[in-house]
Amino acid sequence: MPQSRSTPRPLDPSPQPLGVGVSVQLPESASGGDADVLARAQAGDHQAFSQLYSLHKRRIYSLCLRMVGNIAEAEDLTQEAFLQLHRKIATFRGDSAFSTWLHRLAINVVLMQLRKKGLSLVSLDEAMEPALEERPGRSFGAPDLNLSGTVDRLALQRAIDDLPAGYRLIFVLHDIEGYEHNEIAAMLECSIGNSKSQLHKARLKLRDALRMHPKEEGRR
Amino acid sequence: MNESAKNLDCAAFQAQLPDLIGSGEKVVDHPHLQSCELCRALLADLEIIAEAARQLFPMVEPPDDLWEQIESKIKSEEAVPDPD
Repeated sequence: MPQSRSTPRPLDPSPQPLGVGVSVQLPESASGGDADVLARAQAGDHQAFSQLYSLHKRRIYSLCLRMVGNIAEAEDLTQEAFLQLHRKIATFRGDSAFSTWLHRLAINVVLMQLRKKGLSLVSLDEAMEPALEERPGRSFGAPDLNLSGTVDRLALQRAIDDLPAGYRLIFVLHDIEGYEHNEIAAMLECSIGNSKSQLHKARLKLRDALRMHPKEEGRR
Repeated sequence: MNESAKNLDCAAFQAQLPDLIGSGEKVVDHPHLQSCELCRALLADLEIIAEAARQLFPMVEPPDDLWEQIESKIKSEEAVPDPD
């Protein structure tokens, strides 16, 4: 049974302080007639299941794509998520919003796939021992090298794509999808401190990557 | 603000940073940052990166034929008799 989660927060375009979870964006119509469609899908109505797919496909596909960064894999994972949904939909009891439940189901599908491919989530805990360049005392650079308030979107995209899978996972779950550290720790079976630490390291890696590839043109 | 927090060196402050950020408190008010330009720049960069990343990933449509593949698999799964 997926962990109960508070109602997903709408995407807020205004800047948020670090550590504040942000976005789990609902599909366009996440209430009202959805309940009827859901009930019919749970009763085995194929047409209703197809409607559920249409309502949620963008969100689930986008989630998979963010987590793995590969279109073909994201398609396979989206397919697997909806197949799992079809197998399990009758077990949905409404303890959380359906979209939240489906979101967690899709995350679990992605995690299972990453484990099969050899991403050891145990290694997240092993990584608590910081690498030499990450030990306290490391210089983060002079202030005049900071990002000056702008980030090259392509460079950031590349930098996220280049993150090690474990870092990327936690970064996407926290900073993009808006999950809290306790939720991420439960999903990844690691400690809350580990989740915080990995996220921090992921952000530092991104910062390093962006400083190596400073914005080239068109400062906003 | 307590004196020990103010007297943290950069390494000690940065070692605490994941917890400080994860706590949801306003890290920018931390005493160390009042006097440390380096760590203020670090925090500002991390905030910029997090904010930029949130806006980086638009919702995208899966390919049109994905539903056909899913539907086909559902049908083949349903065609297999339940072992129970």
